[in-house]
Amino acid sequence: MPAGMLGIEELDRAEIEAILARAKDFQPIQSQTVKKLDTLRGKMIVNLFYEASTRTRTSFEIAAKRLGADAVSITASGSSVSKGESLVDTLNTLAAMRPDAIVMRHWASGAPHFLARHLPTPIINAGDGTHEHPTQALLDARTILDRRPTLEGLRVAIIGDIAHSRVARSNVHLLSKFRAEIVLCGPASLLPVELEQLAPGVRLTTDIREALREADVIMMLRVQLERQHEASFPASEYFRFYGLQLEHLDLAKPDAIVMHPGPINRGRELSSEVADFQRSVILNQVENGIAVRMAVLEKVIG
Amino acid sequence: MPIVIKNGRVIDPASQTDRVADVLIVDGRIAGVAPNLSSPKAEVFDATGMIVAPGFIDMHVHLREPGFEHAETIESGSRAAAAGGFTSVCCMPNTKPVNDSPMVTSYIVERGRSQAVVNVFPIGAITKGSAGEELAAIGAMKAAGAVAISDDGLPVMNARVMRRAMEFARSYDLPVIQHCEDLNLSAGGDMHEGAQSVRWGLRGIPAASEDVMVARDLLLAQLTGARYHVAHVSTRNAVAMVDHARRHGLAVTCEATPHHFALTDEDMAPYDSNYKMKPPLRSASHRAAVVEGLVSGAIGAIATDHAPHPGSEKMQEFERCPFGIIGLETALALALEELVQPGKLTLNRLVELFTTGPDAVLRLGRGTLASGAPGDVTVFSTDLSWTYDVNQSFSRSRNSPFHGRTFRGGPVATVVNGQFAWKRG
Repeated sequence: MPAGMLGIEELDRAEIEAILARAKDFQPIQSQTVKKLDTLRGKMIVNLFYEASTRTRTSFEIAAKRLGADAVSITASGSSVSKGESLVDTLNTLAAMRPDAIVMRHWASGAPHFLARHLPTPIINAGDGTHEHPTQALLDARTILDRRPTLEGLRVAIIGDIAHSRVARSNVHLLSKFRAEIVLCGPASLLPVELEQLAPGVRLTTDIREALREADVIMMLRVQLERQHEASFPASEYFRFYGLQLEHLDLAKPDAIVMHPGPINRGRELSSEVADFQRSVILNQVENGIAVRMAVLEKVIG
Repeated sequence: MPIVIKNGRVIDPASQTDRVADVLIVDGRIAGVAPNLSSPKAEVFDATGMIVAPGFIDMHVHLREPGFEHAETIESGSRAAAAGGFTSVCCMPNTKPVNDSPMVTSYIVERGRSQAVVNVFPIGAITKGSAGEELAAIGAMKAAGAVAISDDGLPVMNARVMRRAMEFARSYDLPVIQHCEDLNLSAGGDMHEGAQSVRWGLRGIPAASEDVMVARDLLLAQLTGARYHVAHVSTRNAVAMVDHARRHGLAVTCEATPHHFALTDEDMAPYDSNYKMKPPLRSASHRAAVVEGLVSGAIGAIATDHAPHPGSEKMQEFERCPFGIIGLETALALALEELVQPGKLTLNRLVELFTTGPDAVLRLGRGTLASGAPGDVTVFSTDLSWTYDVNQSFSRSRNSPFHGRTFRGGPVATVVNGQFAWKRG
C-alpha cells in the first residue's frame, strides 16, 4: 500500500506531533505578502471530491499551491463519475496520469481505504462517509495547541450527531493518543454505546450540561441531516436540548474555547451569540486548515 | 461401472456405523458396506486413512440460473459443490425469473439433470416474485420438484402472509425456510451493528433484526403447525429461541453457515466486501453461540449460503457491494478446522450436520449409506494440507474471504448417483 494518509487511527503520537510542529512552521507564511514556497515544485496533486465541500477542497488546493505544487480539482458532478463510471475505473484513469497524490473526499466510509489497496498512488483522506476526517482533527489539535501548552489531560466535550460524524471519530482517535478526557454527548439515537470502545478515555452522556462541566474545549458538530436516513431525533427540539447557548458556557472552564468544523447552522447546533463569542475559534480552525494540510502534503509527497 | 471405495473409515450416522470398511456402489445405488467387498469390473478407489461418508447435502445455495449466468450457472455451481464434497444442493429461488412457478421449477430440475454433476433440488418461492404479498403456486411447485419454500433474501415481512404460507406448506408437507431479518430494523445496514461498525462508520444490522423475525415466526409455526426452518442462524437469541421451541415439540430447525461459525466482525479486512454478507459476521459472543448450537444439536445442519457475485459488483464502495460470499469449496475444511480439530465436535456429529441433519428437514431420502440408497458418497481427509486458491475455483465468481488460506483436511472425492463427480487432482 502506498504511503498516504487514510486516518488518524493508524497514526502514532510521534507522527501526529511531527505534523503539528511542521504546521506551526507554516503558520507565519499565511500572513506574509508572498505566500509561496517551492517545497513541492513540479508535483501534481489531484483533489477528487465525490461530495460537496467548500472549505476542505479550497484549503487543500491553497495548501498545495503554497507549497509550489500544481493542483487540479475534480468534482463528481460534471465528470465521468456522473456518467456512471465506477470508482475503481475513475481512480485508475486518474492514476494513469501519474499525480503524486490524490486527495479524496467520498460519501462512502472506507472508499479511500478500498482504493488504497488497488492503486499505486498515495491517497489522502479528505473525509470518508461517517468514518474519518484526519486533516480536520489535525487542524483542530493545532488550534487547541495555539492556546494550550498540551493536549495531555484536557477535557474535551464533543457534542452533536456523533453517530454520523467523521470529525468526531478522528478527533477521538487523536485526542485519545494524547490521553485527553473525551466526553461525547448527543441524543441516544445519535450516540451508539459502542463509541465508548472507540479509544481509551471516552465517556458518553446524553446530558449537555454534564458534558460541558469543567470542559477545556467544546467541539460542536453540525447536525448532518443529509446523513440521517430516518428521523433519529425530532429536528424541532434539537436546539432546545443539544444546542449550545451562551449560558451553557458558565459550566465550562472560564477559558474554555468553542470549536466547530463548519459549516455552522446558527440556531440549530449553536446560538448565533455563541458563534460570534470571543472564545469561539471557528475561523482560526479554518486558517489552520491550510498550514496543517501543507504539513500533510509535505509528509506524504515531500 | 460399479465403484468400490476401499479401506476407508466409514462414518454413517444414519446406521450408526463407524468402522473401517469398503463401500460398494452398483447401478447408481449403495450395494453394501462391509470389509473386503469386491465386484468384477468395479473401479477401485483406495480410501485408506480417509473418511467415507454419505454424500453431503447443502440445503442453501444460490446457483444464479436462470437469469444471472454471469455470476454462476447450475453447471459451474454444481462443479464447485462436488469439489466441496457435496453431492446434493438446494438452490434458492431468487433467480430471474424468480422460481415462483412450476415452469421455473421444472426448468431448474431439467437443467440440473442435464448440466449438473451433483443432484440439484430447487426451493420454490413463498410469494409471487418473492414480493411478500401473494402466495406462489406452492403445491404445483412441489409437484414439479420443489423440496421447500423460501423467499430467502427477501423475508416475508407481513405476518399474515407468512401465516397463510405456513398453512399451505403444511398441507403439502413442505418445510418453510425463512431468512430472518426485520427489514425495517436492518434497513441500510452493511455489517453487524457493534463496536466495529461504529469504528468504521458503517451502518449496522442489529442482531435484534434477526431475533424479532425468528420470534414472530416461531409463534406462527406454533399457530399453524408448519415445519419451519431458520436459514443461516447467526445470533445468540435466535439459536436459543429455536432450541426452546424445538424442545417444546415444534417442528422447527435451523442451519448455520461456515462463515458464521468461523469468523466474527473483528476478522473482517477493513471495507473488504468479501466479508459482506447477510446475516453479517457478528461479534464473538454470537459466533460462540452458533458453535455451541452446532455442538448441542440446537442447530441441525451446516449450509453454505453459497452466493456468487461477479468481481465488478464486489469491487465498489463497501456500501454499494451486494451481500454474499461463495462457500461450497471451503465449507468442509472450515468445519474440520473450526469445529472438529479443536475438539468441539466429533466426526460423527460433523457428518450428521452435512447429511442426516439437512435430510431430516428436506426428506430427500439421501444422506445415508443404507443398502439401496442413492449412490452418493463423500470421501474426505482430516489431515490433507491444501491451500484454497479462489482463482482456481469451479465457481464463476471469486468472492471468498478464505482465498489463500491453508487448511488441514478437506474433500478428496465425490460420488454422485454411482459416478465420480470430482476427485482431488
